[in-house]
Amino acid sequence: MKVEFELNGKEQKFDVKPGEVLLDLLRDNGCKSVKRGCETGDCGACMVLVNGRAMTSCTLFAAQVDGKEIRTVEGMEDNLTDQLKQFMLEAGAVQCGFCTPGVLISAYSLLTHNKNPSEEEIKAALDGNLCRCTGYVKQIDAIKETADSIGGSSDGKK
Amino acid sequence: MGKNKPEDREYDVVNKSLTKVDGKALVNGKPVFAGDYEYRDGLVAGILSSPKAHAEIVNIDTSKAKKVDGVVSILHHGNVDRAPHTTAGQGYPEPSPYDAYIFDNRVRYVGDRVAAVAGESREAVNEGLSKIDVEYRELDPVFDPKKSRDTTVLIHDEEDSTGIYDPERNIAANVDIEIGDPEKVISQSDVVVEEKCRTQFAQHTPIEPHVTTAYLDEHDRLIVKTSTQVPFHVRRILAQVLEVPISRIRVIKPRIGGGFGVKQEFMLEDITSLFALRTGRPVTMYYSREEEFISSRCRHPMEVEVTLGADKEGKLEAIKMKVLSNTGAYGTHSLTVLSNVGSKTLPLYNEASDLHFFGDAVYTNLPVPGAYRGYGAPQGYFPLEFAMEKLAEKVGKDPIEIRKLNHIREGETSPIFEKLGEGKEGTVQYINSCRLDECIDRGAREIGWKLRDEKQASNPHRKKGFGMAINMQGSGIPLIDMAAARLKLNEDGSFNLYVGATDLGTGSDTVLSQIAAEVLGVELDDIIVYSSDTDFTPFDSGAYASSTTYVSGNAVRKAAEKAKDRIVEVFAKRYDEDPEEITWTRGIIKGANNERSLQEFALSLTSGDMETNQEQIEVTASEVPEESPPPFAANFVELEVDIRTGEIDLQRYVSAVDCGTAINPNLAEGQMEGAIVNGIGYALTEEMEFNESGRMTNPSFFNYKVPNTEDIPEIKVILVESSEPTGPMGAKSVGEIGINGPIPAIANAVRDATGIELTTPPFTPEKVWKKMKAERDKA
Repeated sequence: MKVEFELNGKEQKFDVKPGEVLLDLLRDNGCKSVKRGCETGDCGACMVLVNGRAMTSCTLFAAQVDGKEIRTVEGMEDNLTDQLKQFMLEAGAVQCGFCTPGVLISAYSLLTHNKNPSEEEIKAALDGNLCRCTGYVKQIDAIKETADSIGGSSDGKK
Repeated sequence: MGKNKPEDREYDVVNKSLTKVDGKALVNGKPVFAGDYEYRDGLVAGILSSPKAHAEIVNIDTSKAKKVDGVVSILHHGNVDRAPHTTAGQGYPEPSPYDAYIFDNRVRYVGDRVAAVAGESREAVNEGLSKIDVEYRELDPVFDPKKSRDTTVLIHDEEDSTGIYDPERNIAANVDIEIGDPEKVISQSDVVVEEKCRTQFAQHTPIEPHVTTAYLDEHDRLIVKTSTQVPFHVRRILAQVLEVPISRIRVIKPRIGGGFGVKQEFMLEDITSLFALRTGRPVTMYYSREEEFISSRCRHPMEVEVTLGADKEGKLEAIKMKVLSNTGAYGTHSLTVLSNVGSKTLPLYNEASDLHFFGDAVYTNLPVPGAYRGYGAPQGYFPLEFAMEKLAEKVGKDPIEIRKLNHIREGETSPIFEKLGEGKEGTVQYINSCRLDECIDRGAREIGWKLRDEKQASNPHRKKGFGMAINMQGSGIPLIDMAAARLKLNEDGSFNLYVGATDLGTGSDTVLSQIAAEVLGVELDDIIVYSSDTDFTPFDSGAYASSTTYVSGNAVRKAAEKAKDRIVEVFAKRYDEDPEEITWTRGIIKGANNERSLQEFALSLTSGDMETNQEQIEVTASEVPEESPPPFAANFVELEVDIRTGEIDLQRYVSAVDCGTAINPNLAEGQMEGAIVNGIGYALTEEMEFNESGRMTNPSFFNYKVPNTEDIPEIKVILVESSEPTGPMGAKSVGEIGINGPIPAIANAVRDATGIELTTPPFTPEKVWKKMKAERDKA
């Protein structure tokens, strides 16, 4: 089956097998930032942006994203991404780094839709990204700091 | 109060929260994990696991599987040597029994290995696995560890297993250490407290499941790239089970997606290597999440009984601790985890002079516990700290006071250090650094301990409670494990740092680089670290037992001092200077008559400038620790219990920790925060559940509840730095200790709130509600 979608800014055509999940297609096509953690949509390590929304690629068939816009960490190059990465590093929010791409995707999706999230909103946005190393404390800090830096105050007051 | 406070000395690189040296690659999602590499002509492999808890394999028929298009090779007990070994991934000689086989004609738990298939695609492998016909003769299973010793069903009656304590009674390991006469002392004590707690099966759940690729290089050497915490042990065990010389094997550890002990196990390396040797092609295998839950390793469930004897002031006189550990189908880490239940807890209360620590680790037909962060200490601290709370109550003292009255201090020792080591006797050790009193005071202040009676629950349906627990751990395994580091000077004054130490996400590459940079007076960027590749880095036991900062850190410190000395010697010789007069300040080497920047000198070292003194400066240093200085922590919890639902609302968690000098404070805090949340999961939600056939019924993140962002309380970690004289720049460990606190601190807080006694984590609303109801019914 032929599937066509925009991957990291480039229109691409793929020949997909029936039942092929997006996670496998992306990893087979060089997007190794998309991690295989559970294959049941529970851990968030395989998250990608689908039309700007964070979704788990292990629970999407490749055919479902036909005509859509997919972005992975490999294709994220704007200022918000750079700031997020920098604050994640400085806060110590990256330990083993396996969940990090998924966390970046969720945080990016949050901050593009809500420049001024409260702590509760940050926690809600990240509740689909399991991390066993950090205890989440520094991930949440990094996102608050990014929000402050891009212009929000991250106190949740709109 | 401890006198070994951090030195006044200002560090340039150490004790700074610098960002991780591997951080950029990780945030950019670079393909740096074992499963991210691609191999031309590669195969994938999968395992057929046992649906039976206990059975003999009467016949295995692979004829249909072989015919599946894309199936390339099949392994099972009929075509692979048994090769008795332990999967424990420990230093040689291992303290765990040799009771595991690559494949056996016997399966001992649901999830045990039956056969493996390598094929061109995952689909082919799965179809191949489904077409293997296995005929089982079922044997009676044993699931209850209490019955295991007294049944006629034997789990390891095979002739070729060795090192099992008593195979006739299903006892994998036994420990019995008695100091003084605790029985007698307790019988005469003013106050006696008895406590019994039972902990559950829990899994590490690194977000990256196990993954390994094995292939042959152009010289037909076996190369294994694997998610391991112990590359050198893996190489040695591979050589043992494959009967291939160590020289023919190279094990590479790339970035690791978390381990927490589960990647200390020798897991997929044997099967992928056998396939690579048989097919000549690269073979990759990874565990699915379900397999990671069932077939990798988990934490030893235990029943631990503690008896305290104290005088009427609350001063401890004797402690008895009895353990029944469930080691599942195999005895990996059975003895050492059991030992650690006592060796990491009893020295904390060295006021008690008479001690008895004893217990068994018994086989059952259930999944296999192994090494897991804390390594027996959490199972011991739960009843111990629960009992201390009751002791405080009985003698009318504050929980803080009772601990201060009894805990170990600087300059003191415990006989346990000598009597109880890692599977054998330990080593005498005096505490050189301990600021536990300050940890307690600062933690208490932060949580508002003094005002706890005045605090009200947020609504009338809730009850508020406060609880605490103190702990210690160790820093490496003294006189057993070792680490080495090598430094090579480059022409621009930078250094390659080669370490066998295994960064599994902890940040040890960064911490070790900071130590090297500090000694050498260079920037962190001038250290290019390369870790854990058995062909290129020197030996290191690996990342376990809270060892890397302390043991490997000391190896790096020594190597850096050696490199510096050698540079001074060569400089003195070339410029005819007195080495004694040469000074070394940040980047400048200065003699009486000559001054060079390290950069200039490094460039000249391998040039005609140096005439016949040209030299590649490269040094290696080894470290064998003689002690295992404990870090200490005081943990405080504020929570509310909903009396209608039994739900525990964990609101605040404060942990003040003395880890010596924090080489990288940010990373040290991160170790604590991660361990605390891991421990909160263990306390409140995580449990592997089994049906009557011994099958795990919740092997997914949907049904096995690991904490997410919504589940965490407000967490505050306070670093109370001391200076450990034997540690690199005063450092001790911090990787494991944080997981010891949550269960006892939460149980104590729930008791404070409601009066109920929780003794079997996870403390689910259902359990809490039932206990509260039982209490109400009694009243």
